[in-house]
Amino acid sequence: MQWEIVIGLEVHAQLSTQSKIFSGSSTAYGAAPNTQASVIDLALPGVLPVLNKGAVERAIKLGLSVGAKINSPSIFARKNYFYPDLPKGYQISQYELPVVQGGNIQIQVDGTEKNVRLTRAHLEEDAGKSLHEDFHGMSGIDLNRAGTPLLEIVSEPDMRSSAEAVAYAKTLHALVRWIGICDGNMQEGSFRCDANVSVRPRGTEKLGTRCEIKNLNSFRFLEKAIDYEARRQIEILEDGGTIRQETRLYDASKDETRTMRTKEDANDYRYFPDPDLLPLEIPQSWIDQIKQILPELPQARRNRYVSAFALSAYDASVLTSSREMADYFDATLKQLPAQAKLCANWIMGEISGQLNKEGIEMTACPITPTQLAALLARINDGTISGKAAKTVFESMWNGELDKNVDALIETKGLKQISDDSSIEKLVDQVLATNAQQVADYRNGKEKSFNSLIGQIMKATQGKANPAQVNAMLKKKLDG
Amino acid sequence: MFNASLKQLSLQLAEKKISSTELTTEFLKRIKEFNPKYNAFITVNEEISLTQARAADKILASGQAGPLTGIPIAQKDIFCTKGWLTTCGSKMLSNFVSPYDASVIERFNQAGAVNIGKTNMDEFAMGSSNETSFYGPVKNPWDIAAVPGGSSGGAACAIAARLAPAATGTDTGGSIRQPAALCGISGIKPTYGLVSRYGMIAFASSLDQGGPMAKSAEDLALLLHVMVGFDPRDSTSLQRDVENYTRDLQKPLAGLRIGLPKEYFAEGMSKDVESAIEKALDEYRKLGAQTVEVSLPNAPLSIPVYYVLAPAEASSNLSRFDGVRYGHRAKSYGDLADMYRKSRAEGFGAEVKRRILIGTYVLSHGYYDAYYIKAQKLRRLIAQDFAEAYKQCDIIMGPTTPTVAFNLGEKSGDPIQMYLSDIYTSAANLTGMPAMSIPVGFGDKTRPVGLHIIGNYFSEAQMLNVAHQYQLATGWHLQSPV
Repeated sequence: MQWEIVIGLEVHAQLSTQSKIFSGSSTAYGAAPNTQASVIDLALPGVLPVLNKGAVERAIKLGLSVGAKINSPSIFARKNYFYPDLPKGYQISQYELPVVQGGNIQIQVDGTEKNVRLTRAHLEEDAGKSLHEDFHGMSGIDLNRAGTPLLEIVSEPDMRSSAEAVAYAKTLHALVRWIGICDGNMQEGSFRCDANVSVRPRGTEKLGTRCEIKNLNSFRFLEKAIDYEARRQIEILEDGGTIRQETRLYDASKDETRTMRTKEDANDYRYFPDPDLLPLEIPQSWIDQIKQILPELPQARRNRYVSAFALSAYDASVLTSSREMADYFDATLKQLPAQAKLCANWIMGEISGQLNKEGIEMTACPITPTQLAALLARINDGTISGKAAKTVFESMWNGELDKNVDALIETKGLKQISDDSSIEKLVDQVLATNAQQVADYRNGKEKSFNSLIGQIMKATQGKANPAQVNAMLKKKLDG
Repeated sequence: MFNASLKQLSLQLAEKKISSTELTTEFLKRIKEFNPKYNAFITVNEEISLTQARAADKILASGQAGPLTGIPIAQKDIFCTKGWLTTCGSKMLSNFVSPYDASVIERFNQAGAVNIGKTNMDEFAMGSSNETSFYGPVKNPWDIAAVPGGSSGGAACAIAARLAPAATGTDTGGSIRQPAALCGISGIKPTYGLVSRYGMIAFASSLDQGGPMAKSAEDLALLLHVMVGFDPRDSTSLQRDVENYTRDLQKPLAGLRIGLPKEYFAEGMSKDVESAIEKALDEYRKLGAQTVEVSLPNAPLSIPVYYVLAPAEASSNLSRFDGVRYGHRAKSYGDLADMYRKSRAEGFGAEVKRRILIGTYVLSHGYYDAYYIKAQKLRRLIAQDFAEAYKQCDIIMGPTTPTVAFNLGEKSGDPIQMYLSDIYTSAANLTGMPAMSIPVGFGDKTRPVGLHIIGNYFSEAQMLNVAHQYQLATGWHLQSPV
């Protein structure tokens, strides 16, 4: 039987506010345990939550970016369960009437576009951390993370392969960073995925029983966990078994998922509207204001790159994979109009390559768009060859000569020889000293031509303009 | 001195006839002498109280004093008070010294008042007799065989027994008004949202409201002025202009329309209470008011609605008492679940457990719509009844409680009977309207009767006027058991 995999994702994006969602404590990562836990985060008797406006603003930004409905009023609800790192004994979340309802995200897999529908996105607070390793026979509780604002973004079960799920997660990851609502740092848990996976016979409508895989904190794990889980379910069904609805954990070291809890021992969370927080009214005027400050979205910019600069769909999508890269491209292009392809190639090639190699972000790139544009301008006007430019680029990256392009070309003697008289002189010299090869060429041995070119380039340490040398040599030999 | 009004005390302090230190010392002495008999206070801290009194004396000397500077106020042990044991009447918090001040405490501190001690209360404010306190029941000063009412029973007793000139209380279903009635004092629950709930240990968040308790309406007006105010730390706190609650005290009552809900003058009210209330209404007619019958058809549903919503919220609010970060933790336990079970089983009393169970049940999957949602709908209908009634009257009156104070132990075995002592009071919490109780005489066994005055939203100044005019004309509020 042919099986179809059905996947829906729940993503927890940590919002980039300075303070927590219901208290004034800092959200900075990595502080000493419990130094960022106020009386509110500790859930002392009598304390009350006050909603952080910045968290709501970020949720609205996402909603507007995916064409969703912004609910007003929106309701905060308590999700009740006991756990040591959940100080109040309930999590403030949203149940009915989330801030963001519906919406769509376009993904690209193997060159084809696909639409993934969003169900909702709701605001909630994160829990603290239980530390089991450092204390003999006891657990430590760190409440620094408790109360950190999260936006839980829930998709419809619209994805049909792990590749689609990864494409969706990556697109969403890029989007939340693009609109500046989440730093997207997956190691620090700022962007976490849960995957709902089920399988069904291809061609059927009815969804199979799903399993939820929790806390996938890298795109690779997401892909591997879905592949494993789909295989597991298909094997069970092909053996005549049935799938049990449950929550599973992915173990990266063994590359397998295993049962965390079954539906039977699931909590009854007893959701009810939080009486400490009034229904959240979001005036249209506020939504309009946020619309004004929202940057041009990746989709729109991708389309613009294709239509205005004649870039390929692939180039456009790579350049818009992050807002920093797209902005870098725009800034470079501004200095060097009409050279979109040259700029794109260098940013996607040399710049991205170096950034990856050194593991740094675009924002920390040592070469500014203006400096890059100055270098590319010298390729464009024939001052240096592409190859020489790479040498200059390396020096610039390492901070040589304060990144002055022309001075570097000068000092390194990389300036291309491109005046016709010098080229002619070079060609004449080579022809004079290589009579045998000239004869060979004239007798139809084409290879000799390349050998002659090679000698000229060698003599000039590669600085002779290859196109000119080529043309001159051809003229002299054939003429 | 012990019978003096706040205004008189303030004048004596201003005229240097007495210092705050002397005044505080005198009340501390009385507490020391009589608290063993009444059990009105859980914690007294002479050192802190006297330090505050000395600071107040400095302010008095500098001429910067306000109306409450230097006056001792008893604080209900539900208000988190920095450096003080704050127990909420529970074993669960019997070791909890608060590291912060509730908004109400801050406001009294800023006013220069002296904290004279933390008053006893029903555990987590759940009770109508003060018998659920981990620290033992409070006695009614009019008859120590009787309950003082609850949950602010310690506060009511302290005022009636003249152990404090005034006190704070909180009211979720009648916890200020019912003990005020049973102890023969005055108390007001303001409109929901006027007094910040920050630092007031939550029982049922949508119903809880702090308020003052004192000997007279005039005292309440002064106290209310300190307690009311917007607090950005409480999202349900209302942002309104500051009101002077004494402004209308002297207004004559001619033309006042008093609504008498027929549902509150029906079966259930005892004869002695009825007769005292009728006499009070006669007094109001003499003062120029007229009475009109109104109807609150859904008001009799207040108790069932209240006993769905209040436990629902409480079951969630009390989840934080888990033995993990503070409060009682069982000495020995197996795993985590066992630690929770034992700590909560040991830390909470029977009434609290009963309400957590009810609340957990009504919020459970499959019951939520039938109980919680239904109760919320009825809550709205009850509010609509009041809105209708206020088209025909300015203010509503009735008995605060169906009977005078019952005996200790009389109802503690029968929760339903106990719950019915809030039958007239809980509607004001469900609707958020202000309501107060003032003493209007005595019923059987010479136990006090309270008149319940319910006002429309934000009509506190008018209610205080109505109460004050009665108190000018009568002397019930000056009666003291000691």
